[in-house]
Amino acid sequence: MIKSIRITPMLYIIFLMLPLYWLLTMALKTNTEILSGFSLWPKEPTLANFKTILTDASWYSGYINSTIYVVLNTIISISVALPAAYAFSRYRFMGDKHLFFWLLSNRMAPPAVFVLPFFQLYSSIGLFDTHIAVALAHCLFNVPLAVWILEGFMSGVPKEIDETAQIDGYSFGSFFVRIFMPLIGSGIGVAAFFCFMFSWVELLIARTLTSVDAKPIAAVMTRTVSASGLDWGVLAAAGVLTIVPGAIVIWFVRNHIAKGFALGRV
Amino acid sequence: MQRKVNQKAWFLVLPVFLLVAFSAVIPLMTVVNYSVQDSFGNNEFFWVGSEWFVEILNSDRFHDALGRQLLFSGIILAIEIPLGIWVALSMPRRGWGASVCLVLMALPLLIPWNVVGTIWQIFARADIGLLGHTLAAMGIDYNYTQSSLSAWITVIVMDVWHWTSLVVLLCYAGLCSIPDAYYQAAKIDGASRWAVFRYIQLPKMQRVLLIAVLLRFMDSFMIYTEPFVVTGGGPGNATTFLSIDLVKMAIGQFDLGPAAAFSLVYFLIVLLLSWVFYTVMTARDGAEA
Repeated sequence: MIKSIRITPMLYIIFLMLPLYWLLTMALKTNTEILSGFSLWPKEPTLANFKTILTDASWYSGYINSTIYVVLNTIISISVALPAAYAFSRYRFMGDKHLFFWLLSNRMAPPAVFVLPFFQLYSSIGLFDTHIAVALAHCLFNVPLAVWILEGFMSGVPKEIDETAQIDGYSFGSFFVRIFMPLIGSGIGVAAFFCFMFSWVELLIARTLTSVDAKPIAAVMTRTVSASGLDWGVLAAAGVLTIVPGAIVIWFVRNHIAKGFALGRV
Repeated sequence: MQRKVNQKAWFLVLPVFLLVAFSAVIPLMTVVNYSVQDSFGNNEFFWVGSEWFVEILNSDRFHDALGRQLLFSGIILAIEIPLGIWVALSMPRRGWGASVCLVLMALPLLIPWNVVGTIWQIFARADIGLLGHTLAAMGIDYNYTQSSLSAWITVIVMDVWHWTSLVVLLCYAGLCSIPDAYYQAAKIDGASRWAVFRYIQLPKMQRVLLIAVLLRFMDSFMIYTEPFVVTGGGPGNATTFLSIDLVKMAIGQFDLGPAAAFSLVYFLIVLLLSWVFYTVMTARDGAEA
């Protein structure tokens, strides 16, 4: 009985891993080997594709650009979301429900709707092709996400803590930074992880708002597909490298990952 | 939790309000602006009222894209939700096995969306792909760049691969919240496996499932990158979903007026769905408090 039950997750994981395995083998093959014949594993594993990416500026600058705007976005999102989430979890005020819903509607808004207006907005204020433009544009869905996730974690902290701190003579600022933030430390970590991730995986807006100086790795990859169309090995290697950051951090958030995806509501 | 009325809380929300207003309201106003005007270039615009809306709502192109979109969302929900529940039910609850399962299953969720497209492109191509090659060797006529059926199957399997784990993770979180005592009671009563699922597990999963369905529906409703990378909306228009069509119209053809009207109609549909989602979410919060 036990064994027959465990087969389902096993099969499911194999289904998930097969395309990833294929990506990895492609990354370890030379182009001639990819195109000359079909083989289940690389006959002569080579790291040449990875070397191409790590030594060619047009490739690795893509990773640097992506990292810069993703980190900027995460910092902005978390720092504005923290006080707002506290307000939503502790107080009632005029229009709070409408505001909360409005934030959600931005998380759900199709990026395609915003592509053209973003392009015009950031061009007109001279921020086109800068990292800060992409970071600000990604706030559209990351700030609501951070507010919702943090609010979920903050509502789990008993209100008595706030009151006790007030009686003990803490000002609001020092209470928030020295007592409250450590209490929801894991929540901040999870929110930061999800902001990082959703900004990292987004392509459409990032590609539209950049041309040369801030071009993200995702856009570099699409360009290579259309230009040469054949350099599968390098493309696969680039793909592998984009998965690495998520794969490293995932272990630390495994117990909160459902909560993060469900906007702090599981 | 009882919350105090305090209007000063607005100061805490103000930064978020300003930031999101900057990145949502200003662009949206631009869209509204375009949707009611026409231009012959030279930056001269004149008022056309609801003309673009009438045109979009009556155009076959919009109807077709919307139809394909609904069909796509419907199919992936019909596959991902049962599959996700089934996998979640059979996952180990504790120990290292559970952690390993969680990590491996969450992996596709963290892959950049265009890389998901690239992975499936490489995987499904008939000449170099594992899947494409195997199918070809078995004598099955499969080519996602030529046949619309193959393209649809590829896009759907890709989405199942990419997002079923979300359903699994949410259901798993719901299942983990069921106390052991429930199962022991069921055992004493001699309940069948089905009865345990129907009367204990399913009711406990109800709310997470609702969240999962809504999230999957909305995210699949605005899918762009993955099918764009794999099929580019083709062959023909076979996999041109709403977002792909909209971007084609706005950036490719630069039809600002119709594209803006399209955006607003699209946005209103999403807004309606968001409202359903919000009601579900907050009803749950209220029930628990």
